[in-house]
Amino acid sequence: MAFLELKNVRIVGMSACVPKSIEYTKDNPYISADYDYEDFIEKTGIRSRRKDENLVTSDMWCAAAEKLIADLGWNKQEIDAVITCTQDPDYLAPCTACITQDRLGLSKECYAAEIPLGCSGWVYGLSYLSSLLSTGCMKKGLLLVGDARAIIPTSDPIVGFAATATAIEFEEGADGFKFHFGTDGSGWDAIYVPDGGTRNRLSKDSFSIEEVDGRKLCRLQSRMNGMDVFSFAISTAPKSMKKLAEHFNLNLEEMDYCVLHQANMQIDEIIRNKMKYPKEKVPMCLPDFGNTSSASIPLTIVSQLKGKVEEKLTKFLCCGFGIGLSWGSVAFETENIVLSELVEI
Amino acid sequence: MDIKEFISNFAEQFDDLDASVLTPETEFKTLEDWNSLVALSVIAMIDEEYDVTLKGNDITGAKTIEDLYNIVSERM
Repeated sequence: MAFLELKNVRIVGMSACVPKSIEYTKDNPYISADYDYEDFIEKTGIRSRRKDENLVTSDMWCAAAEKLIADLGWNKQEIDAVITCTQDPDYLAPCTACITQDRLGLSKECYAAEIPLGCSGWVYGLSYLSSLLSTGCMKKGLLLVGDARAIIPTSDPIVGFAATATAIEFEEGADGFKFHFGTDGSGWDAIYVPDGGTRNRLSKDSFSIEEVDGRKLCRLQSRMNGMDVFSFAISTAPKSMKKLAEHFNLNLEEMDYCVLHQANMQIDEIIRNKMKYPKEKVPMCLPDFGNTSSASIPLTIVSQLKGKVEEKLTKFLCCGFGIGLSWGSVAFETENIVLSELVEI
Repeated sequence: MDIKEFISNFAEQFDDLDASVLTPETEFKTLEDWNSLVALSVIAMIDEEYDVTLKGNDITGAKTIEDLYNIVSERM
């Protein structure tokens, strides 16, 4: 069973960066051949997304990190580790974590590595970074997650650009994080990009246009089996959070906030109902920012809970789920944390 | 569970569809308002009402409403 508890670490701050540029769903002519934008908004809840095809992922998470480092008053030379997570790296190689060490001006005595996960990535990233810090040899670390432009411009009406920074410190006696993880690789093709890896190398055919679910896509663009992803999400996410609570004897009613991956409104509402949480305990940034992949949980906390949680003891339950198929739930407490103003570039 | 109730629940997933036009033999993918968003609502309805989570293949493999009803009945 993939349960994990990591003590002596705590979140000290979070920030998020999105493009200034807003794309409204009603202005997108590429929604689908099968339904119009009003149906789409009603079902998905996505009114607009932030998008700027000039931005690569590290542009956005470096902006988020700079803001958070300044707000925390951290000395960059003290940052021992940076874990990054993206599906849209700046280059196919090297990994963006190494580029980020240099862009942020971090010490060369810095552990840097990247996780290529999507919607579950923030929860997995927390476990990587917390594992590194929990022994106390390393004291401060940054978790940078998110996705900006893809290798081919997308007209996908679901996906929004965002990246976030989460700052974690070693603190003797801190309660830390409790996790549950799961993977079902048999659903690898529920969301995937067919070409451009080593299995299906880049070729002329990679650019040929296919019709997928009423949308025209080339083989370098992500496609999704919506029904399978939907089934997976509404059944797996609640089970994972309940398993976590049962394993660690957590009282689900005592949670102040349940922050879900912002998949779509229908999915998140079903999960919320299954978890029996009132709407005020399940903040959503989806209507304004769309599905922001690994950034969605921290972006929700930064954009929806700023001014509500910083000083007081707050109990969080979070669940990320999606491409892989991969999922992870985490429970943790925060107190006296910094939530930076949303960075817009 | 009976098929009348199932058909009524099925019809509710459309914006504006009178359940009386549907029969067990209705080939639901030929309905004018059927689309991939309605498919998700049908999966959600079946999950909530019958505690059965259908996958994409179940929907694509089914032709009539009765086909869906039978899949759900078998798994309840």
